[in-house]
Amino acid sequence: MNVKNYVRFEFQSLPENISFARSCVGAFASQLDCTLDDIEEIKLVVSEAVSNSIIHGYENNPHEKVVIVVSIMDDNTLEIIIEDYGKGIEDIEKAMEPTYSTDPSRMGLGFTFMKSFMDEVDVISKPGKGTTVKLRRNFAAADKEAYA
Amino acid sequence: MDVELKMVRNTLVVRVNGELDMVVAEKMHREIDERMEKGEVKNLILNLEKVSFIDSSGLGVIISSYRKIAAVNGRMYMAGARPNVKKILILSGVNKLIPIYDSEQEIISI
Repeated sequence: MNVKNYVRFEFQSLPENISFARSCVGAFASQLDCTLDDIEEIKLVVSEAVSNSIIHGYENNPHEKVVIVVSIMDDNTLEIIIEDYGKGIEDIEKAMEPTYSTDPSRMGLGFTFMKSFMDEVDVISKPGKGTTVKLRRNFAAADKEAYA
Repeated sequence: MDVELKMVRNTLVVRVNGELDMVVAEKMHREIDERMEKGEVKNLILNLEKVSFIDSSGLGVIISSYRKIAAVNGRMYMAGARPNVKKILILSGVNKLIPIYDSEQEIISI
């Protein structure tokens, strides 16, 4: 599978930048043959992953960095990689359970939405080093089903 | 204004404009808390007509408002959610705790 097109951008870990990040990824993903609903779902998962980096990874420290790489593969797969260099996740399996959150004021639905709207969700994390979330969704499958 | 608040007798009407993510959710949380602390709020209507996007930070502030209203034996309603916002409210199960109506007017008439 080859990369057809990609963008890479980084930004300060400020809550104000969450909107910027999801809008950028949504605009880039619109090159794919997808619906407005699909774009809304892509924007939601980006919002969740970036919010996790800011809130949990950096514990709301606004002076850190989040990196996003979005790629479109030649089989119409969208891949989004969200990377932070924050405190990392101790127990990834636990963190991905629905409604689990280390912060009682939060709903713990971020990973649930990512799993609902993406085909693949991979999380690589090292305590003290940071977290990388890799999300993939293939848009060719929907086309095939539509014509089946 | 992202968040507009208005008291109608003992009901706090909260109208949100734009994207209900972490930034707007924190503002909404602060403003609702300020009104609740005065002890005049019994019920809450959350008007989502002008909300174009919601994520789990937005859902979090809705649930935390619901808990505060439930603590004073009040009632909370949501009005006017657009289809993409309604989908997330349903997927998260928030609609099971807080009913969604088409408009503020519909809630006032019940």
